[in-house]
Amino acid sequence: MIKFFLMVNKQGQTRLAKYYEHVEINKRTVLETEVIKSCLSRSNEQCSFIEFKDFKLICRRYAALLIVVGVNDTENEMAIYEFIHNFVEVLDEYFSRVSELDIMFNLDKVHIILDEMVLNGCIVETNRARILAPLLILDKMSES
Amino acid sequence: MVVSSLKLQDLIEEIRGAKTQAQEREVIQKECAHIRASFRDGDPLHRHRQLAKLLYVHMLGYPAHFGQMECLKLIASPRFTDKRVGYLGAMLLLDERQDAHLLITNSIKNDLSQGIQAVQGLALCTLSTVGSAEMCRDLATEVEKLLLQPGSYVRKKAVLTAVHMIRKVPELSNIFLPPCAQLLHERHHGILLGTVTLITELCERSPAALKHFRKVVPQLVQILQTLVTTGYSVEHSISGVSDPFLQVQILRLLRILGRNHEESSEVMNDLLAQVATNTDTSRNAGNAVLFETVLTIMDIRSAAGLRVLAVNILGRFLLNNDKNIRYVALTSLLRMVQSDHSAVQRHRPTVVECLREPDASLSRRALELSLALVNSSNVRAMTQELQSFLESCLPDLRADCASGILLAAERFAPTKRWHIDTILRVLTTAGTHVRDDAVANLTQLIGGAQELHAYSVRRLYSALAEDISQQPLVQVAAWCIGEYGDLLLEGGCEETEPLQVEEEKVLALLEKVLQSHMSLPATRGYALTALMKLSTRLRGDNNRIRQVVSIYGSCVDVELQQRAVEYNTLFRKYDHMRAAILEKMPLVERGGTPDEEAKESKEAQLSEAALVPTEPQASKLLDLLDLLDGTFEAAQPPPALEPSPGGTLVHLLDLPCASPAPASIPDLRVFEREGLQLNLSFVRPPGTPALLLITVTAVNTSGADVTHFVCQAAVPKSFHLQLQAPSGDTVPAQGGLPVTQLLRILNPNKAPLRLKLRLTYNHFGQSVQEIFEVNNLPMETWQ
Repeated sequence: MIKFFLMVNKQGQTRLAKYYEHVEINKRTVLETEVIKSCLSRSNEQCSFIEFKDFKLICRRYAALLIVVGVNDTENEMAIYEFIHNFVEVLDEYFSRVSELDIMFNLDKVHIILDEMVLNGCIVETNRARILAPLLILDKMSES
Repeated sequence: MVVSSLKLQDLIEEIRGAKTQAQEREVIQKECAHIRASFRDGDPLHRHRQLAKLLYVHMLGYPAHFGQMECLKLIASPRFTDKRVGYLGAMLLLDERQDAHLLITNSIKNDLSQGIQAVQGLALCTLSTVGSAEMCRDLATEVEKLLLQPGSYVRKKAVLTAVHMIRKVPELSNIFLPPCAQLLHERHHGILLGTVTLITELCERSPAALKHFRKVVPQLVQILQTLVTTGYSVEHSISGVSDPFLQVQILRLLRILGRNHEESSEVMNDLLAQVATNTDTSRNAGNAVLFETVLTIMDIRSAAGLRVLAVNILGRFLLNNDKNIRYVALTSLLRMVQSDHSAVQRHRPTVVECLREPDASLSRRALELSLALVNSSNVRAMTQELQSFLESCLPDLRADCASGILLAAERFAPTKRWHIDTILRVLTTAGTHVRDDAVANLTQLIGGAQELHAYSVRRLYSALAEDISQQPLVQVAAWCIGEYGDLLLEGGCEETEPLQVEEEKVLALLEKVLQSHMSLPATRGYALTALMKLSTRLRGDNNRIRQVVSIYGSCVDVELQQRAVEYNTLFRKYDHMRAAILEKMPLVERGGTPDEEAKESKEAQLSEAALVPTEPQASKLLDLLDLLDGTFEAAQPPPALEPSPGGTLVHLLDLPCASPAPASIPDLRVFEREGLQLNLSFVRPPGTPALLLITVTAVNTSGADVTHFVCQAAVPKSFHLQLQAPSGDTVPAQGGLPVTQLLRILNPNKAPLRLKLRLTYNHFGQSVQEIFEVNNLPMETWQ
């Protein structure tokens, strides 16, 4: 089960935070700083799977953004690693060559996409067309 | 006052424009004030915009609880944009602990029955994230209805909401069990993925469900087979593998279903072999599927050939350049090492290579796996590798590595010398990280290896001379030097280079340890006692030692002070007993025998300064003290023989003691010639009925000294005799300090004791040799 999904930039600022298990707000900032510290200290050649307290962290870096997913013991780390890439590809298609600014200014849309893909910590949909369909309909509705 | 509200994008621009943390906080506080005002005014048009801004601010870590009621209002509104933000807010801000969240139950219920897919999707999403137990119970029937209706968009979400409900309220599994079989027939991958997750959750929670779902194993196999054998399908292919996520989920479910169940495992065998061989491993997606397959093969009752295939796949993973894959391979090998030990041993060289990786996760896993792979044939090579790892590894791994090496050395050490060497090396490299009992273990080990005493004391001395900061090393070295100081000064040991050590240097080193600020109090205690022991082992005069001991008599540390005072007393008042008290210690037994009386052991420990904290040591020491007491009685003609030696012990050490000692056997004078008298005193310790302790005391009342005094003993074959070192070989004239020697006789058959003694000495310028048998031994000595 996925416990949380974070997108952080290199300076440590959180760009997206989604928790699938409740964590109190003051604990969230502490958790995020610790997680970011352990992930940022890794270089590209090193292993992407880190053990942190009682979860496993899977991080993947895309230019200036670092995506970190925390899972519990039962998940297959390599599948989640692949899932992160899938998510980024979906964002890429929606925003046409997504950048950090796109994510910042359209946070609600990114949330919608993430909600389409992960429900309650389990992966529900990975097909790009199907994920983006409701969002495209929404966009068409708000334009008209 | 109507303030034109900022759009979300503008707010973000402003926040980004803030140069410092304080400025950012100002901007946000100003905006929050506006938002609060707007909520109070109840402006319906811009409410969603305000809430969106609030959510952004919340993500940055600022408090946003005043937005909760607004979420409710937004959810209840008919506009989709409002609902969207409202539900998002509910997911982020509300949770079970807030009071407001129960209020959304009604809204969710309405939305679920509305029939608009998007809205239902939103409601399900929120329900599955924040739904509490009561909410789940209320809404279970709604969700079930949605499971069975035709639209796939809503169904896939409904299935996963069901998973959440089951996690919160396990009784609801009864409702969700029947639709599963039907859902498996769907073609839509989203639904399939959800259904497989649902079934996995059901099976994990109840064994009855597990049995029920074993029936669907053929169907799952079928689905997986179609996935693997279809060629490229646009919809689901990810780097050449069709829907790896679904494949991984199905494999995981198969693992749970096939565990400990022969039939299901058999059905799966072919399929697993097929997946393992057909999957394209050049990309990560394929490797993910392969990894899951290997885990499944290891867990179910698979055919032997399949297991070999799995181990080979893991071996291939280990050789791969990608760190992630190696990490994953090491983790699975660790899981398998118990059951398939020989198969994993084949990959030992690669595992050892991974130890040298700079990456922290990899080296940790490699360390655990290497420690699990050590066995008697490869222990030397592995320990070598592990020790070089210990020198270069990260601090948090050091403790594990050190204790691992020590444990492995204990289990598989080929020779005692190698064992001592290994422990020594670990102590020098990572002394501060070893466990507390390492010191005790090492002293026990050295004590037991008699032939290695000289070797160990030399090596420890050189190690100590180089570095006195590693506490466990210092403690062991101090103990050894104290015990075997005479061997150190003798020179000439074949196993190490000849090292000329002088008394002064040894004393200086021990003093340095005593004075160093790096030494722990326990270490100081060891050093002080070692100094004291050296006073009998070294041939020079004892002034230096006496000086040090008297200085520490006023030390601030109570433990040290007590020891110093006792040792001082030993020097001043009981000098004649010093030799006997400070004799070499007998071998410590591990896991000791219980002590006779607690009080006796307490004094015994105090007087020997609690060097080895094991119980049996104390009881042996007690024997030593007992015969001291015997010596006491023999050496000075006792006017009144006190019945309880406990009383004498009180005088000896100024300690309160009232415990009675074992019944004493009367002393025996066995020899007398020209003023030299030989007395025997006996002690039968009550704990060990077969043991008899004899103290031979030689007293000289003549006018000339007796020199080169040697006493030897012989007993019949059924007895076991052990002679301990005498306190000296010169019996001074005019009733001076007698020479004492302890004999230990084991008499398991309780046969009558016969003892023959042989004495050689020089007296009045003549060398004398006497051999005689001791007659009239009292019956209590051997019955």
